[in-house]
Amino acid sequence: MSADSAIAAPPRAASVGFSDVGRAFSIRSRRKPDATRDVLSGVRLEVGAGEIVAIIGASGCGKSTLLRIAGGLDAPTSGAVSIDGNPVRHFDPRTAVGFQEPRLLPWRSIADNVALGVPRGTPRVGARQNVDRLIELVGLTESAGLRPREVSGGMAQRAALARALCRRPGVLLLDEPFGALDALTRLKMQDLLIDIHTAEPTTILLVTHDVDEALQLADRVVLLARSEPEGPASVSQIVTVPGHRPRDRGSAELAELRARLLDGLGVDRHGTAHGVAAVTTIPHYPY
Amino acid sequence: MTYQTTPDQRVQVVASSVGSSFAEARDVAEAVGAPRSTGSARPVGRRRLTDRRWFVIAGGALIPVLILAAWQIVSTTGLVPLSQLPSPAMVWLAAVDLAQRGLLGLYIAISTQRVLIGFAVGGGLGLLVGAVVGLSRLSDILLAPTLGAIRAVPSLAWIPLLILWFKIGEESKVILISIGAFFPVYTIVAASLRHVDRHLIEAGRAFGLSGVRLFATVQLPAVVPSVISGLRLALAQAWLFLVAAELIASSMGLGFLLLDSGQNGRIDRIILAIILLAILGKLTDSIVGLFERWAIRRWA
Ligand SMILES: Nc1ncnc2c1ncn2[C@@H]1O[C@H](COP(=O)(O)OP(=O)(O)OP(=O)(O)O)[C@@H](O)[C@H]1O
Ligand SMILES: [Mg+2]
Repeated sequence: MSADSAIAAPPRAASVGFSDVGRAFSIRSRRKPDATRDVLSGVRLEVGAGEIVAIIGASGCGKSTLLRIAGGLDAPTSGAVSIDGNPVRHFDPRTAVGFQEPRLLPWRSIADNVALGVPRGTPRVGARQNVDRLIELVGLTESAGLRPREVSGGMAQRAALARALCRRPGVLLLDEPFGALDALTRLKMQDLLIDIHTAEPTTILLVTHDVDEALQLADRVVLLARSEPEGPASVSQIVTVPGHRPRDRGSAELAELRARLLDGLGVDRHGTAHGVAAVTTIPHYPY
Repeated sequence: MTYQTTPDQRVQVVASSVGSSFAEARDVAEAVGAPRSTGSARPVGRRRLTDRRWFVIAGGALIPVLILAAWQIVSTTGLVPLSQLPSPAMVWLAAVDLAQRGLLGLYIAISTQRVLIGFAVGGGLGLLVGAVVGLSRLSDILLAPTLGAIRAVPSLAWIPLLILWFKIGEESKVILISIGAFFPVYTIVAASLRHVDRHLIEAGRAFGLSGVRLFATVQLPAVVPSVISGLRLALAQAWLFLVAAELIASSMGLGFLLLDSGQNGRIDRIILAIILLAILGKLTDSIVGLFERWAIRRWA
């Protein structure tokens, strides 16, 4: 698997700054017309250009919400997010999003869906080459002509990943990009992401449920958690992962970090000793 | 779980915009049923009898043939007097007679022409207004209540007004048919554009699409199948409104033939006109149906 790309000047990685980001959703009901629920509050995080940061946290704690705010798909109710020091714009073109669900256009082939990620103004030939290369890298060359409903959930997810990678953004926002994949394909895709990052060091914010994946891929792992049961979540731990990628999955140092993070997620050591950490996340489709 | 939102959404959209008549209800059922039998989803392997082309055609022709046979038997045995129900042969002779006078072709042609023009005008406007109302919240607020009220006016109520304004010329009929064709298209286009998967629109925006490009890339393809279902309903409505228009104010056409024969007691011609309307309606509907099948395969 090679990640050469001499098609255009590589994009410049951008830094991302979250300053006291909070997000409350209104939960209107007839009795309480202006009730709100705080999902995130006081999230403070500086992500350096070219850094890979993994975000972990319990289901429903606001990981996707944070990612959407970083991409300008949603606006914070308090605080602000900046990219390279400038405020994030509505659907910020400096970012690319790999959604938690594939969100492929059902009437387009896989190849045409991936091509949707190509930024406007890219010369046609270069765009086509880039699309073909990424489809090959995610292992979908055989299925490039199929429609999304004719491929498996994991294949659709890989197509969505390729679509986001096509954009070659300054900031890549990936929401559980490997959630629907089997262990082997997942490892391959992780390697692919590392290869691509090595060739074109872009900033990556990666949401995952898999602590091992976070430790394998990220420079730092951010744990989002609530301080009280029904309260808003914010950054509860930031773990700097030692060593260079690819890391030794069995190292004692990583094992210690894994235990710490699982502890933060509420999994006890007894559970980890019995391999709970290796359980793959359940793919989650809201469809 | 694979990725399929569109068929279910179409069901919801089409069902929520059902108009009034029985013919519509039937066509809605067809339109809703159609996506389930799209080509690429069919399992490979043994083909069932109901998938075979000859069986589908023969099956569809079975009941018409039975009716024809029953009709023949009833009229030859004298079970029903010929003055009440002429035999198939008599209806055939009435057709030949009208054809020799040059009236049959003329009536069919003029009626078809009215339907097609009215369908094109009404359907076209329906697409346009439906798109505007479906895409813009403001125009939805401004236009939808008024259009809803106009839609509630029974078709026959327009006729006296149209006759006074446009006399018994072609305009009055074409306008009435356009009104009939407009509403199914308008209703379905507006509703289905409103219901396009938000997730897909958001994905489109996230990948830099907006305005016309977003419309052409995400919204339009997403609604193509239901738009064509709407056009199909509109065509059925157009034939309905044609007969209403011709029954009341015309000197040519199949509706006129019905009225004229009713006044002269020519039951054979009445039955002929009914059969012709059934055939023409089914024929035009099948053409749009083929188009619909293609569109569903292509876009859904
Ligand atoms: N548009 C919305 N309106 C109201 N509440 C919302 C909305 N979007 C998210 N929420 C709420 O915000 C909380 C966080 O949602 P989010 O999707 O960010 O969770 P998550 O951490 O990504 O969870 P998961 O790991 O299951 O994907 C949830 O409780 C959800 O109910
Ligand atoms: Mg999520």
